[in-house]
Amino acid sequence: MFRTLLQGLRPPATEPAVADPELAALGAALDGAVRKRLGRSLSIRAVDAGSCNGCELEMHALNNAFYDLDRFGLRFVASPRHADVLMVTGPVTRHMREALVRTYAAMPAPKWVVAVGDCGAGCGVFAQSPACVGSVAQVLPVDLTIPGCPPPPAKLLAGLLALLSDR
Amino acid sequence: MSAWEDIGARLAAGEASLLGLWGEPGRVHLAVLEPSPQPPPPSPQPPPAGGGGEQSPLPLREGVGGGEGSPPTIRHFAFDCPDGHYPSLARVHSPALRLERTLRDLYGLIPEGLPDPRPWIAHGPTPTAYEFLPVEGEGLHQTPVGPVHAGIIEPGHFRFTCDGETVVRLEQRLGYTHKGIEALLAGAEIAVAARIAARSCGDSTVAYSLAFARAVEEATGAAPPPRAVWLRALAAELERLANHLGDIGGVCNDASFALMQAHCAMLRERVLRAANACFGHRLMMDFVMPGGVSRDLPEAAPALLLDLVSQLRSGFPPLVRLYDGTASLQDRTNGTGILSADLARQFAAGGYVGRASGRDFDARRDLGYAPYDQLAFVVPVRAEGDVNARVWVRIDEIAASLGLIEQILDRVPDGPLAVALPPRAGEGLALVEGFRGDVLAWVRMDAGRVARAHLRDPSWFQWPLLEAAAKGNIVADFPLCNKSFNCAYSGTDL
Ligand code: SF4
Repeated sequence: MFRTLLQGLRPPATEPAVADPELAALGAALDGAVRKRLGRSLSIRAVDAGSCNGCELEMHALNNAFYDLDRFGLRFVASPRHADVLMVTGPVTRHMREALVRTYAAMPAPKWVVAVGDCGAGCGVFAQSPACVGSVAQVLPVDLTIPGCPPPPAKLLAGLLALLSDR
Repeated sequence: MSAWEDIGARLAAGEASLLGLWGEPGRVHLAVLEPSPQPPPPSPQPPPAGGGGEQSPLPLREGVGGGEGSPPTIRHFAFDCPDGHYPSLARVHSPALRLERTLRDLYGLIPEGLPDPRPWIAHGPTPTAYEFLPVEGEGLHQTPVGPVHAGIIEPGHFRFTCDGETVVRLEQRLGYTHKGIEALLAGAEIAVAARIAARSCGDSTVAYSLAFARAVEEATGAAPPPRAVWLRALAAELERLANHLGDIGGVCNDASFALMQAHCAMLRERVLRAANACFGHRLMMDFVMPGGVSRDLPEAAPALLLDLVSQLRSGFPPLVRLYDGTASLQDRTNGTGILSADLARQFAAGGYVGRASGRDFDARRDLGYAPYDQLAFVVPVRAEGDVNARVWVRIDEIAASLGLIEQILDRVPDGPLAVALPPRAGEGLALVEGFRGDVLAWVRMDAGRVARAHLRDPSWFQWPLLEAAAKGNIVADFPLCNKSFNCAYSGTDL
């Protein structure tokens, strides 16, 4: 049965990544800096700074066989000490601000920050709340924003690849 | 004895279960579930005021839904306390504890006699200053974990006290994702409020939207058209499928059995893609709205969903056999993280947490809200209360949801998708079975706006039980216990 189940993963379900012109343009603004400094491999640390968990679900999906993040040299790591990129979701809540800043501080330089989702970009539906301190960019230097509520995995993948593009 | 204290005594005696406790300035609300047969409900006229404050039990609804036998009853009480003080229920019924601490944090409502003076939701200027319970004993050590965890997961803090490898106490500290949802809902226009409700807990967005919509409809006297009611159930069952598949894979992955995770994640992705094709959004956010649903299914939807059902019917059973036939995996899930039936009953634990520990409750069946009163499905219940039982409840619920999707597709009526909401004032309460358990929504409407609203996540009554279930297990088994509960952070952080 093991064999059948292993077979089930072939022929590959994995799909080619589709470039997103909008995100490619955003990535180009980074001027290939990421690629120049780190080559093709990126370690990503995710921090939920107050998300509804919707963005997390779609980030999880990046690891499934359809999107297979690993094949691009991109992977989620468990410690900020191993990470090049910080992906941040959610409107930054007052209660998560400190943990977010500390996580960023724990990362070795050079490092990049990706704000994920409409919340990460501008607090989404929570923008008026005094319990939130603001968008990710109001707390950390953001290099790339991937909008959406939540951004589907294809969009997240396009964003991360844009980060890696030469130009 | 005042009506308030009386209900506290009944909760403590196990004659009723706590469904929710929420507040607004100067007033505490309480919802309880009473099993059938119920005592005669108090007469509609307000009962005499007792000491302490004005008690005004307001039975909002007496019995819901059709079905055979008498369904359990949801009763709603409001306790006016202009001075901000009310008698603590947590003194006699501990499931109310975190809720009462929360009301103190959010509304300054003081529970008289509450045994725990610490804040819950509010972290104050120095979040690290929180006082964990003291521990004494030789050889004990503590491991603090979080709020940032080693994965793509919501933030929370776990404080483990261990004796060698064994957890002797787990204490949780939550509230990190507190977004001020109730404050945002108060005074919001109905469309804005619906979008916020849908984003209180992203994995249960359909369940939250449905609970909120039904509460608003009850408050305003609107009746959603039959087609909308059936399509809502279709979305709700797809949400259940997607989450259960993700959880089963996740539990196995936490036992380092990645093959199950790889397959379950693919099946989950197929469900989300079908949802996207049929509802225009992978998580089906904003599909359910007060008054009905926001769009119709495309023409290809029934065929597409039936195809999904048949893919899952052929693809999932081999995974179940793999799960059940892998000794090393079974060794990790059997007998791990046992939750006793007594605690599940006392806390009225919903969803797979309660049903894996013998609590036979499902809001779809027991309250019989439409269209479930016209559908046939089995509610799985197990007695063991371990990680394995919580996995099996999910496995059996997947089978049940597949059957429900077929029945719904077969019988969904044609017709309009939504009605306009009359700008009436009033209150409404609804209980909806999400994948994780029953989601409670309460609203007070005022001329087309939400005056006040409260959304109670099932995890309010599951998180404390995870503390109990983790006790006596080795630290390395905690991820399994935790994933098998899969409690909501955002949903309970408000
Ligand atoms: S962007 Fe949407 S899905 Fe992501 S955290 Fe915000 S509300 Fe949730």
